Amino acid sequence: MYDYTDFDAAFVRNRVAEFRDQVARRLDGSLTEDEFKPLRLMNGLYLQLHAYMLRVAIPYGTLNARKMRQLAHIADTWDKGYGHFTTRQNIQFNWPKLRDVPDILDALADVGLHAIQTSGNCIRNVTADHFAGAAADEIEDPRPTAELIRQWSTDHPEFAYLPRKFKVAVTGSPNDRAVTKAHDIGLRMLRDETGAPGYEVIVGGGLGRTPMIGKVVRDFLPKADLLPYLEAILRVYNLSGRRDNKYKARIKILVHETGLEEIRDLIEAEFQRTRAELPPVDPALLSSIEAAFAPPALARRPVPDLSRADAGLRSFIDTNVMAHRDPDHAIVSVSMKPVGGTPGDATSDQMRALADIAERYSHDELRISHEQNVILPHVHRADLPAVYDALRAAGLATANIGLVSDIIACPGMDYCALATARSIPIAQQIGTTFADLDAQADIGPLKIKISGCINACGHHHVGHIGVLGLDRAGVENYQITLGGDGTETATLGERTGPGFAYDEIVPAITRLIETYLRLREDRSETFLQAYRRLGMAPFKDALYAQERRADAA
Amino acid sequence: MARDFIPKIATGNDLLEGDVVYFTESGDWTRDHGDAAVAGTEEQAQALLSRASGFPQQVVGVYLAEARIVNGRPAPVHFREVFRTRGPSNYPHHGRQARA
Repeated sequence: MYDYTDFDAAFVRNRVAEFRDQVARRLDGSLTEDEFKPLRLMNGLYLQLHAYMLRVAIPYGTLNARKMRQLAHIADTWDKGYGHFTTRQNIQFNWPKLRDVPDILDALADVGLHAIQTSGNCIRNVTADHFAGAAADEIEDPRPTAELIRQWSTDHPEFAYLPRKFKVAVTGSPNDRAVTKAHDIGLRMLRDETGAPGYEVIVGGGLGRTPMIGKVVRDFLPKADLLPYLEAILRVYNLSGRRDNKYKARIKILVHETGLEEIRDLIEAEFQRTRAELPPVDPALLSSIEAAFAPPALARRPVPDLSRADAGLRSFIDTNVMAHRDPDHAIVSVSMKPVGGTPGDATSDQMRALADIAERYSHDELRISHEQNVILPHVHRADLPAVYDALRAAGLATANIGLVSDIIACPGMDYCALATARSIPIAQQIGTTFADLDAQADIGPLKIKISGCINACGHHHVGHIGVLGLDRAGVENYQITLGGDGTETATLGERTGPGFAYDEIVPAITRLIETYLRLREDRSETFLQAYRRLGMAPFKDALYAQERRADAA
Repeated sequence: MARDFIPKIATGNDLLEGDVVYFTESGDWTRDHGDAAVAGTEEQAQALLSRASGFPQQVVGVYLAEARIVNGRPAPVHFREVFRTRGPSNYPHHGRQARA
């Protein structure tokens, strides 16, 4: 676990003191709302539909028990006893009062957390594979890279007012669990033919109004060149990115309009200049960062045979437990999607339970995934029964990871001022419709992702089934996309056709799933594989045949 | 042919609490949509917006929202405004609906 240096700690404290003064000046009338709004956004404070919302960064999704307990304390003291984990490895508090926010930020600073750069047209919280440092398929832990980028990008004077927000994701595994191809910059760690570590650099991905899959701008970037190369990309974007239209201000539009070859030439030319000017990263600093993410000392204990465990535990192990680089250990994904629950929400009691479990059974480490779940990255297989029992006691043992009810859903119009329709109730209804875990297991891997507006915070474009909520003449309406994929084989979903009313969307999704079950070759063929084999036609028929029959009659 | 004017109310969010408030005929702010002042013409609506915007230390993000008259009191038209009157649908005990 990387801990703040004295410099980091002082920097964050100074920012809190500065914001405390800004809040005081807003409240006494010295600052107008127009003057105050950009200042509060710089500290992650939004004004949403029913209340303020504070977005707190969880760098590369990594927490320890102390930090998680402090989040629980904040939820209890200044909010309504819960928090919401987001698709960008942040946590959001939905009900803070303006006057309390400086105290909340101080409480965060007490444990090395903050809300800096969780909003605004700057480089946002850098995200990473939630299995980092534990995954069996990992080439290298991506978090030292993400931390280096955090240090470089925090308050970077040149990149504080970019044309638009800027998102970076890093994966250290060939199996991409960080959706790198849907970020402004995606970094995939790899090794060259000599074994030297480096990155494949992907630029210009993003979802939202104009979804695009990122393009490889550099096949291999040596590790030592990372910061000058990033600086070159950001400089090209900062100088050439559009500022006349916020919807066209992302780097994906610049890459698209300029063309990959030309943008590559611009970046490479800038890189040559930058590399000559930017001092290399201090090796001692790099070593200290890497040391902070050193793998824990894993215990050597007998691994029991759990094949005769009770059905609940076996189901949990089959679904929520993933391969660790050490065969005696496992990665446990804790579903924050109980039947009928709000995706990503955790009560303060659940946060404390997760902290206790992590401390006792996972080397004091927790991760927040972009899929709005919590990960226990280093659990000895002998401890799986105890972890399962503790999770079950906290209402956190739902065995649905990767299944139909493990849904990403943005807050939608239940909370978000930008939303045009609700997301959460749709997710809740789907979860309730497919509550039976045996039925979910039969359906198999299926990613449903729901966004309540075109900004696509729910990643619907890369859902196997994507749902986009819109406002059609004052009525909630839901469009469906099929075939999206957020992994290393990333593709954007295709729109099926006209949208569905609020009370029609869950039956429509049910028809899609029934069609898949009817047409799949066998249980081993996933929904995505079946869609890729069959194409849109049978699914479109399932969605719209009824309307066509009615039209023909 | 000009469309019929849809009545409007003025609404915003409380600066300190962040919660939804409505401007009343007497020039106060209320949490009850039914107590909001109603503008029946475009001129009245602009005047209402102007009056409601005069409380920058109390209310932020003031705008006009469509309303319909039910039993002599304004009710929201758009589903967004309906949600604003009650709170999030996933937690019935949060927001204004908790008091219902």
